[in-house]
Amino acid sequence: MITAQRLHALVRKEFLQILRDPSAIAIAFVLPVFLLFLFGYGVSLDAHHVPVAVVVEQPTQETNEFVAGLSQSTYFQIHPFTQLTAARAALMRHEVDGVLWLRSDFTRALLQQRTAPFGILVNGVDANTARLLEGYLQGVWQTWLQQRATRSGQILHLPATLENRIWFNPALRSRNYLVPGLIAVIMTLIGALLTALVVAREWERGTMEALMATPVSLLELLLGKLIPYFLLGMGGMALSVCMALWLFAVPLEGSLGLLILASALFLLVALGMGLLISTVARNQFVAGQIAIIVTFLPAFILSGFIFDIGSMPEPIQFMTHIVAARYFVALLQTLFLAGNVPEVILTNAAALLLMALIFFGLTWRQSRKRLD
Amino acid sequence: MSSATPAVVELQGCSKWFQRAGQRVLALNAVTAQVAQGRVTGLLGPDGAGKTTLMRLAASLFHPDQGEVQVLGLNSRTQGAQIQQLIGYMPQRFGLYEELTVQENLDLYAALQGLEPSRQRARQQELLALTALGPFGARRAGQLSGGMKQKLGLACALLRAPALLLLDEPTVGVDPISRRELWQIILGLRHQGLSVLVSTAYLDEAERCDDLLLLHQGQLLEHAPHPVLTAPLQGCCFLVTQPGLSRRLLQSRLRQRTGVLDATIQAEGVRVVCREPQALPQPPEQWMPIAPRFEDAFVVRLYQAQHSGAASEATPKATPKAIPSAVPSVSPPRPEPLTQPIQATGPTFSPEPVIEVHDLIRRFGEFVAVKGISFTVLRGQIFGLLGANGAGKTTTFNMLCGLLSPTAGTLRVAGEQLGRAAAQARRNIGYVAQKFSLYGHLSVLQNLAFFSALYGLRGAHKTARIQWALDEFELTPFALANSQDLPLGFKQRLALACALMHQPLILFLDEPTSGVDPLARRDFWKRINQLADSGVTVMITTHFMEEAEYCDQLVLMSLGEILAQGTPQSVRALAARPDQAQPSMEEAFITLIQQHESPLRRAS
Repeated sequence: MITAQRLHALVRKEFLQILRDPSAIAIAFVLPVFLLFLFGYGVSLDAHHVPVAVVVEQPTQETNEFVAGLSQSTYFQIHPFTQLTAARAALMRHEVDGVLWLRSDFTRALLQQRTAPFGILVNGVDANTARLLEGYLQGVWQTWLQQRATRSGQILHLPATLENRIWFNPALRSRNYLVPGLIAVIMTLIGALLTALVVAREWERGTMEALMATPVSLLELLLGKLIPYFLLGMGGMALSVCMALWLFAVPLEGSLGLLILASALFLLVALGMGLLISTVARNQFVAGQIAIIVTFLPAFILSGFIFDIGSMPEPIQFMTHIVAARYFVALLQTLFLAGNVPEVILTNAAALLLMALIFFGLTWRQSRKRLD
Repeated sequence: MSSATPAVVELQGCSKWFQRAGQRVLALNAVTAQVAQGRVTGLLGPDGAGKTTLMRLAASLFHPDQGEVQVLGLNSRTQGAQIQQLIGYMPQRFGLYEELTVQENLDLYAALQGLEPSRQRARQQELLALTALGPFGARRAGQLSGGMKQKLGLACALLRAPALLLLDEPTVGVDPISRRELWQIILGLRHQGLSVLVSTAYLDEAERCDDLLLLHQGQLLEHAPHPVLTAPLQGCCFLVTQPGLSRRLLQSRLRQRTGVLDATIQAEGVRVVCREPQALPQPPEQWMPIAPRFEDAFVVRLYQAQHSGAASEATPKATPKAIPSAVPSVSPPRPEPLTQPIQATGPTFSPEPVIEVHDLIRRFGEFVAVKGISFTVLRGQIFGLLGANGAGKTTTFNMLCGLLSPTAGTLRVAGEQLGRAAAQARRNIGYVAQKFSLYGHLSVLQNLAFFSALYGLRGAHKTARIQWALDEFELTPFALANSQDLPLGFKQRLALACALMHQPLILFLDEPTSGVDPLARRDFWKRINQLADSGVTVMITTHFMEEAEYCDQLVLMSLGEILAQGTPQSVRALAARPDQAQPSMEEAFITLIQQHESPLRRAS
């Protein structure tokens, strides 16, 4: 079924086309770099230098101490006020994202060891920042109380103290989990979108018809598309991993070998999807639309790369099981941040393998060396 | 058909349906035919006749829904892979990879066809020599001219010396010079014993084929060698001339005469096909017997098919009916098209210039597409713009329509200086683009309404014009049909109607007749002639050389310059040489262009 001469000619042709067609290069190399820069530098889910209004109604030594502590933190940018109404107006104008209100009885209450003598207002429009801010401010308050107690030789009596230990991403850098997840999206693009587009292009330009009238076999035709884009995809992968490790300083806790294996497996699934799409869509516009809707967008939204799957409604959670990127995102985040965790790696890899087999099986069943 | 030669392709009652817009469309209707070994078999028919479907059946790219196909003794259903080992196939757009060079395309197809690497070089050299592509090995296929692409596609199909060569419309969109070169190659291959099946919409190419398969609307109308087809018409074909009478007028008179099946303008007179052999009739007309050609046989066959129920796309009446215009003359200076009675002895309007072009130049960066051309078109003329691919026809055309601004030179259209008053000038222009630019998902009525609105017609006037278009172009039965579902000939009528809604002074037609059947083409030219007689100026580009004869004046362009200008007769006379005293328009075209381009072609 396969002759080396024909397969070699097909692969060579594909590479020549990739090299000479700027759009393929753009999808394979420029887009990954662009996305990595965007998500590595532009999008951050952490709070830094959040503008906060601090209302001190009656300055005392204690309030000064507290505010000074607050302004040392890199999380906040302090805007001092003396009236709550003025601070609230600033919140309305979006000059600050939150208001910390130290009432006039702050010091008195503190000295009498009464509870919670300050108020927090946050702007709920940006729910994510608001929740972060709330947590940070409470944390700062607790720390300050503790320090104060230690200094004065007292033991602080709280009903229960919370002790936080953050595993796998101690600095809580969102970049550390965004960048590995992004690699899954990039691979989906190269594997599915590019493959679907280039096959559709052959139909559009009539070259597919000419190919099919030659003695070339169906397997050769499929391998002739698979091999070049597999290599291209692994190239895009290598580029992304290098950028992750050295540009964004994401740690790689697991083994490189497993990372390569997992990527190869996922790339096969993506290529399978691309080939399956190309058996249906015979023009580039339709192929592009289908590829974006059924592969790229789900990889973005339903893979757990940005949005936590556990917090999705049940039916949507169920749907994520057919999104291949979901398993790859889990694999990548585990390998990069946690290390070689056998259970996670085995179950997710098995899921990918199954999906790859399904997509190739369907493609093989759908493809015929005929035009009708 | 010659029973001595075995068949390389045998179709037995083949039918093929396609799913289009939820309907099953019959593309090929119980076709039984053979392609004989060692001969060139032409597959002729207008667009949509089923030519490509038949080609793909032979290449085992389609399986028939009914019937069987045997290719080189192999069944296409079960032995497709073996068939594809033996055939060479060139699809409609040549199947070339535009990003790859000439050499790389040849390498790819040599490998795919399993040509032994040791023989590869020698065979490629042979084919590069045959197609004269040798000097262009390193050029990318996308940068070749249409004619060169076509020859490269042919070379790719020939690499492994196939037993059967299938060529699907190899000459479409290619200028006459390239067409002639391609046919020389094909006939050369036939001498080496190759069997060739070639499809074409150009009826004059039938003359070059040994056998003909004539397809129309999925049915095989005829299956015979060329002389067999034309034999019944011996003595029925005449070239009629009458001194002092314009050819157009003579044509319309002859067409109405009983016993006359077909009348077309040719050379100095009118070509007439009669129902039966005629005694030479009355002076002052001079009837000269001529040999029948394939198109005559085709047209007669289509008329017969029409009478037996299977209608052609166009349904021309024996007598053109004079349709009273539904619109009272709203803008008096404008001519009222298509109301001219046939009896008129000539144009009644003064022949003032309508288009004046002077030293027109258009550059694209370094490249000069149009190099300072000048010509004048008078009112009511049919003016043809001819030239090979890349001659600058389209560029000139676009400048005349105000779609492209000239780099230098002056351009007056209907008295308006284009560029300064382009919008005003465009109001006087109607334009029919090559692919008709209709809205496929809109109905005929909606298309008409849209184009009228575009030209600012409204109210009662608009309603009246739409009614006029439906009546005049016999579109009423299709008024609610989507324009994409119309047969090609009706699409062409609708496109023409849309361009005429605002009663333009000038009509621009860009290759309006490619692909439509000969009857639809005759119908179309009848309308164009009537328009011209009523004072509309018609500017046309065409690839059909015999259509150049229908023009009053023409301009022959090559490499951005005008080679020849004048009446068809005078242009033909320019190419007269001792060995071709009376060149046809196509011969004149080729001679003049080769004279002009050969020093430049040699230089490159």
